[in-house]
Amino acid sequence: MDESAPRVRVIGIGNPDRGDDAAGRRVAALLRGTLPAKIAIVEHDGEATALLACLDGVEAAFLVDACASGAPAGTVRRFDVTAAPLPQRIFPFSTHGMGLAEAVELARALGALPKHCIVYAVEGASFAAGAPLSAPVRTAVATIAERIRAEIAANI
Amino acid sequence: MARRTITVDYLARVEGEGAFKVVLRNGKVENAEFRIFEPPRFFEAFLRGRAFTEAPDITARICGICPVAYQMSAVHAMENALGITVAGPLRALRRLLYCGEWIESHTLHIYMLHAPDFLGYSGAIEMARAHGEAVRRGLMLKQVGNEIMTLLGGREIHPINVRVGGFYRAPRKRDLAPLAERLKWARDAALETVRWTAGFDFPERARDYTFVALRHAEEYPFNEGRIVSNRGLDITAAQYEDYFEESHLPRSNALHARLKDGKAYLVGPLARYSLNFDRLSPLAQQAARDAGLEPVCNNPYRSIVVRAVEVLYACDEALRIIAAYEEPERPFVAAEPRAGVGFGATEAPRGLLYHRYRLASDGTIQEARIVPPTSQNQASIEEDLVNFVESFLDLPDDALRQRCEQTVRNYDPCISCATHFLRLDINRG
Repeated sequence: MDESAPRVRVIGIGNPDRGDDAAGRRVAALLRGTLPAKIAIVEHDGEATALLACLDGVEAAFLVDACASGAPAGTVRRFDVTAAPLPQRIFPFSTHGMGLAEAVELARALGALPKHCIVYAVEGASFAAGAPLSAPVRTAVATIAERIRAEIAANI
Repeated sequence: MARRTITVDYLARVEGEGAFKVVLRNGKVENAEFRIFEPPRFFEAFLRGRAFTEAPDITARICGICPVAYQMSAVHAMENALGITVAGPLRALRRLLYCGEWIESHTLHIYMLHAPDFLGYSGAIEMARAHGEAVRRGLMLKQVGNEIMTLLGGREIHPINVRVGGFYRAPRKRDLAPLAERLKWARDAALETVRWTAGFDFPERARDYTFVALRHAEEYPFNEGRIVSNRGLDITAAQYEDYFEESHLPRSNALHARLKDGKAYLVGPLARYSLNFDRLSPLAQQAARDAGLEPVCNNPYRSIVVRAVEVLYACDEALRIIAAYEEPERPFVAAEPRAGVGFGATEAPRGLLYHRYRLASDGTIQEARIVPPTSQNQASIEEDLVNFVESFLDLPDDALRQRCEQTVRNYDPCISCATHFLRLDINRG
């Protein structure tokens, strides 16, 4: 990785056109321009190998993704993935493709997991094509952006 | 020994949802079934009533791993129906896009899905702890494939820049220059991949397959060529349905394709390579020989090496295309709608992908037929299980089950692709 490249990344994951799946990207968009310049903000489609490349060489990463675990819409969870893998009940491993949970575990196996690596998950209500964010997720997106801003101010 | 049954109810490390069951009686395989229970997806019905211009974007959605293959077979079939030909730099760009997909898809299968079978791991994450350098190489190599897709297709998955007649936007020469630098690294990494896979232990098993693939007068096939076999078949895409037929078997939500004489056949890297070795670049041919491959490969377990050779070829070919690229005057050839039928067959990473469309005079799709490679390989997968399992019976159950899984994964089956089909038979007694 380029030595001058930002060593801290906020990575918002999702599909911008699939309702609440856009939550991660909305958090990234909200934070854009509000954080110190050394912090890169990335919007990402979540494909595991590209995500892994995005984590490579990074000291601290904050990843935000939508999930569908059956909890009330807008529920926000925070996971320190340096301590434990993402729980499968929230990010089930898939045989169809590899996503965030697989990317985190591959990074860990390769010794490429950032020293500080936090995942925020927000429970989605609707992932319909072309739908806007649901009201509870819109509120949650603002909450997560604020929490990441506070964490960065306190720790980074 | 009486009856012994090996079942895997949920096959891992394949794209989509499938299972298999092998029943043995007194040391003989009584029955082998490769079951696909992923629900049917009705793409052929979705296409009816849509404009001919929409087919590449709709069919791309059949698969997140090989969308380019669907786009390419769709545009070639449409151009066939509309009587236009795409040549020169636009044709070359299509090959370049296909190179990106082969690199991406094959590398994913080699490193993430198939190598763990040979090295004794349950999956790529476990393998990465001991083989970190190799896994990193695989991930970076796949990333170069993604970069070709992004540059030419507009994004990594489900490209949005392909249209009937060419592209919405053609890249500038200078856009391709940084890609060439990345591809030079990728070509070395691909060569290393050939060497790495060639060092695996392969069961010495072979079958006298009927190989079916495209063959072109000058090129290793991506987009164009006649459909040929090692048994003398030599036809155009328009004749495909005269020689092949699909049928619905209760155990699979994907139609089974066979030759009309009822025989199974094989599409994909092994077939493509064995029918087109002389069309590979000198570098890829030499790498194959150094890896211990003969010009014809009948051992399906060595398909992982053949895939690596094809990745090397794709890197080599991509570099050749970029070096020779001249910017086209227009990014597409205009196509006017007319009534007709069009046929297209291209080489998806997993093998021959056939499309046929019937168009109304205003270009509306009236009928669509899509035969993906995994549908065509189902019969061959089952025959491999029948033929090979008996010779592995001294293995304990777990190892035998693992060997069966490996045998299915030799095909890199793409189950989601295979279940696109139209008919759903409901028997309510």
